[in-house]
Amino acid sequence: MQEQAAIHVFESEHEATSTGLPNVKLAMWLFLASDVLLFGALITSYVVYRGRSVVGPYPNDVFDIPFTSVSSFVLLASSLTMVLALASVQRGDLPRMRLWLLATALLGLAFVGGQVYEFTTFYEEGLTLTTNVFGTTFYVLTGFHGTHVAIGILMLLSLFSLSFGGRITQRNSMTVEIVGLYWHFVDIVWIVIFTVVYLIPTGP
Amino acid sequence: MASVSVPTTGGRAGGLLRRPTATTGFWSWVTTVDHKKIGILYGVTAFAFFIVGGTEALLIRLQLAQPDQALLSPSVYNEIFTMHGITMVFLVVMPLSAAFINYLIPLMIGARDVAFPRLNALSYWLFLFAGIFIYSSWFLGGAPNGGWFGYAPNAVLDPTRGMTFYAIGLLMAGVASTVSAINIAVTILNMRAPGMTLFRMPVFAWMSLVVQFLLAFSLPIITVALFQLLFDKRFGTHFFDSVAGADPVLWQHLFWLFGHPEVYILILPAMGIVSEILPTFARKPLFGYQFVVFSGIAIGFIGFGVWVHHMYAVGLGPIANTAFGISTIIIAVPTGVKIFNWLGTMWKGDLTFPTPMLFAIGFVAMFVIGGLSGVTHSVVPADYQQTDTYYIVAHFHYVLFGGAIFGLFGGMYYWWPKVFGRKLNEGLGKVHFWLMLIGFNLTFGPMHVLGLQGMPRRIQTYPEELGLTFWNLVSTVGAFMIALAVLLFLINVAMTQRKPKAMDADPWDARTLEWLTTSPPPEHNFDEIPTVHALDEAWHRKYVETAPGRVVPVPAGGSGADEAASAGHGVHLPAPSYYPVVASLGVLLLGYGVVFSWWLAGVGAVVMLAGLYAWALEPSVE
Repeated sequence: MQEQAAIHVFESEHEATSTGLPNVKLAMWLFLASDVLLFGALITSYVVYRGRSVVGPYPNDVFDIPFTSVSSFVLLASSLTMVLALASVQRGDLPRMRLWLLATALLGLAFVGGQVYEFTTFYEEGLTLTTNVFGTTFYVLTGFHGTHVAIGILMLLSLFSLSFGGRITQRNSMTVEIVGLYWHFVDIVWIVIFTVVYLIPTGP
Repeated sequence: MASVSVPTTGGRAGGLLRRPTATTGFWSWVTTVDHKKIGILYGVTAFAFFIVGGTEALLIRLQLAQPDQALLSPSVYNEIFTMHGITMVFLVVMPLSAAFINYLIPLMIGARDVAFPRLNALSYWLFLFAGIFIYSSWFLGGAPNGGWFGYAPNAVLDPTRGMTFYAIGLLMAGVASTVSAINIAVTILNMRAPGMTLFRMPVFAWMSLVVQFLLAFSLPIITVALFQLLFDKRFGTHFFDSVAGADPVLWQHLFWLFGHPEVYILILPAMGIVSEILPTFARKPLFGYQFVVFSGIAIGFIGFGVWVHHMYAVGLGPIANTAFGISTIIIAVPTGVKIFNWLGTMWKGDLTFPTPMLFAIGFVAMFVIGGLSGVTHSVVPADYQQTDTYYIVAHFHYVLFGGAIFGLFGGMYYWWPKVFGRKLNEGLGKVHFWLMLIGFNLTFGPMHVLGLQGMPRRIQTYPEELGLTFWNLVSTVGAFMIALAVLLFLINVAMTQRKPKAMDADPWDARTLEWLTTSPPPEHNFDEIPTVHALDEAWHRKYVETAPGRVVPVPAGGSGADEAASAGHGVHLPAPSYYPVVASLGVLLLGYGVVFSWWLAGVGAVVMLAGLYAWALEPSVE
């Protein structure tokens, strides 16, 4: 029993901590908890100003719900591939892990690409950052989220590259798990944003 | 937990990403990841800012010493009081508390360093560069001039660059504090010595933990507000533009939703320090340890539910004002509990009064005054009378100077022998204390009167006919007494540096783990990580209670205090690194870039990313 515990510590490459949770994982949880408040304040700002623009275009004029639903689905699908990447590295199947990491990054890229397309369309329809309060709060909120996704993609591609240098192995699969936590968090935040910003109608 | 050795992944020591090796001199400080050195860096930097912010205070007091003076023009006066506030809050009390937290937490919980030593260095450099960035605004088109609270729309409409510097500078400082908050919270939760359960932790560790959570949950809110301000100023968005349908009150909500937890971020570390000093010099355990801890936690929670008491006069309506008035009255309860605990600790204690004890008692007394005037603000109609007057200025200086600064000075006198191996001069220290206590009360006591007479804050002068001259003059005289007291402290420090380093591990006969190791502690903190059996472990290794109330020293070597000394063999400490400072420099350039040129911002982003990637890839040990 004791030996098994020792092997476990060796395998996961960290020391015993007071809570039993590895330092890096606890730090990521605390960061995500803090990030909740960041998005909380951004979403609140959007909600407080909902329907207060004095000039158009208004949300109903620009939103293309079917398009954004598809890109939302793409982002949510990337959570599945992320889970598969983690499961692969925990099994020690590095080639499969690389495949799923790349798939996750590509799905993320597709989402960000969709956002760029959406922003461009809105811009052409006359909605800029400075057009009205809706433009201001919408672009800043979704822009912050897009930046989070972009940073996540950067981390996924870094993991992908590092795995070729022997830095990502079964023994330190936790690195993948940590990036996964971040990635799932960004997905969950999008569910809230998509619901609050796109799906709840603002009226005329 | 026995060692902090980090296995070399990849095994490529050397090469482009070699780790620095300097152990003395300039580069050892720039590249250090040792929590003790970083703590000292925090302390020295914060004290330098304290002198700058104090000089600004003296300029304010000189301007107000007599009616109708024109020593400072109204616009310069705006810059001076704004910079005084920003400096004292973000560049003095927070980092000075961080100095104590950094230095003491690993020692107090029996760890060899913090959880993420390089992130710790990053926090320090980001804080330093944020301070430099904000102060450089004096030479780059005008300092921030909209108050430390930066109310919209004034901050947006101001034509100078001052508030842009404010927004970016505080964003940088905020990132530094968030990173540090996560780091220290993980350290306290995860790196305690064997046997150090949460309820065997010193109160200072507990208060620090609460502060880290307050930081982690309140800073993101001001981060959003500062981004909104920055975007309004730099990109013409409409977050605070009432013409476009927005509401400037949003800024006030977001600012104070951060700003009120912030005042507990400023005071709780000092409360922790005082809770360590009082038991040592009363030679009694802290009275009602659990109550003090739970009060601190309660303050942390309720602190998020009182922010509207900064905004009674905004016009949110009687329901909102009443609700927040009630929550504000409630938050006074856990604070009052602590006061009684400190009094109970001293009650029938075997009291001695060296300088740290004087400052701790001064803290309790002054904080009571500030706390009571605070309760008078919670009453909405009374606050209508007091708001924006000098009564408010008197209140928050009693809690933040009479409270936080007194507590922090007490901590300096108390832990100076531990950190530097030399005790500060007691005689000078006592003169420092009494001069500061009298000067402080002369400065801020009269402000209660001035405020109730209706003297408004943030106004550059006052006419003679108002009859405010006498108390303003008294206040100015008091301010210079405080300055003299601080000068005495600096002389004391300079004199003490010349003394030989010959301090016992435990000069005060104290109670917590940091006193078990040498003064100053070795780089690895403890030769052998102590196993903890009780609250006040160090005390229980020295004394036993033979009968109720009868405490006798343990015979030498009696209670396992002398564990086999292995002199730190086999302890691998984290290697120093260049990259925290490189990444921070990138952020600094990025900050200037956002103000002046996108090219510079691009360069800054590249430097920052290069620093972070080199950080991730550098070998673990040299």
